[in-house]
Amino acid sequence: MKIVAVCGMGIGTSVLLKMNAEKALRALGVDDADVEAADIGTARGAARTADVVLTSDELAPEIGDVPATVIVIDNFTSVAEITEKLTPHIG
Amino acid sequence: MDLAEQLPETAIATHVAADDWRAAIRAAGERLVATGVTTDAYTDEMIAAVEEHGPYIVIAPGFALAHSRPSPAVQRTGISWVTLAEPVPFGSKANDPVSLVVGLAATDHDGHLEIMAALAGILADDDAFQALLAADSPTAVRERLAALSPAA
Repeated sequence: MKIVAVCGMGIGTSVLLKMNAEKALRALGVDDADVEAADIGTARGAARTADVVLTSDELAPEIGDVPATVIVIDNFTSVAEITEKLTPHIG
Repeated sequence: MDLAEQLPETAIATHVAADDWRAAIRAAGERLVATGVTTDAYTDEMIAAVEEHGPYIVIAPGFALAHSRPSPAVQRTGISWVTLAEPVPFGSKANDPVSLVVGLAATDHDGHLEIMAALAGILADDDAFQALLAADSPTAVRERLAALSPAA
């Protein structure tokens, strides 16, 4: 499964989100997931081949129409929230 | 990674009065400039990022990670730490108002990952976050950060 964590610049918030998504996946027992951080400029391309896109409420509309499931995370530092929101999408 | 090592006292300002989100980001930018991490232009770039993409940098309750992309205005990778005298609304639906602004500048996409991991650890701990907000001087912030770092 491929997950893309998206922020505006690709260095700050998406990196935090990627780290916490990896923690969440470990907690869920998923060991074959690939999590990538991307800025909003490259996110649309990356999202085309991803299963899940994680991002914020503000950026979700900018990602537009992609085949991936777009999940909005409110608190990027909360592994609990990310785990809860990813759970229904784990095969 | 001990965050206190990344934050000399000049990189920290506590209980800063800021009228709005721009002033709050500007305060974080001033601390980056004061430590030689960035030039003034980077402060404008951090503000422009929010103007362009909205307040997505407010990524946890009360916390904004002000940053822009690697640019000529970034002289080296580093962070700054500004707590606000009064919480300031950034327009974030989920996480307003903001009490802590961390300014982040990076020269590339990888050099700051340890800093981000350390920051993630602290922000995930609500008691630690509250204790850091209450710290009323740069010295107190550094002491609390050092105390929070996991023992080597």
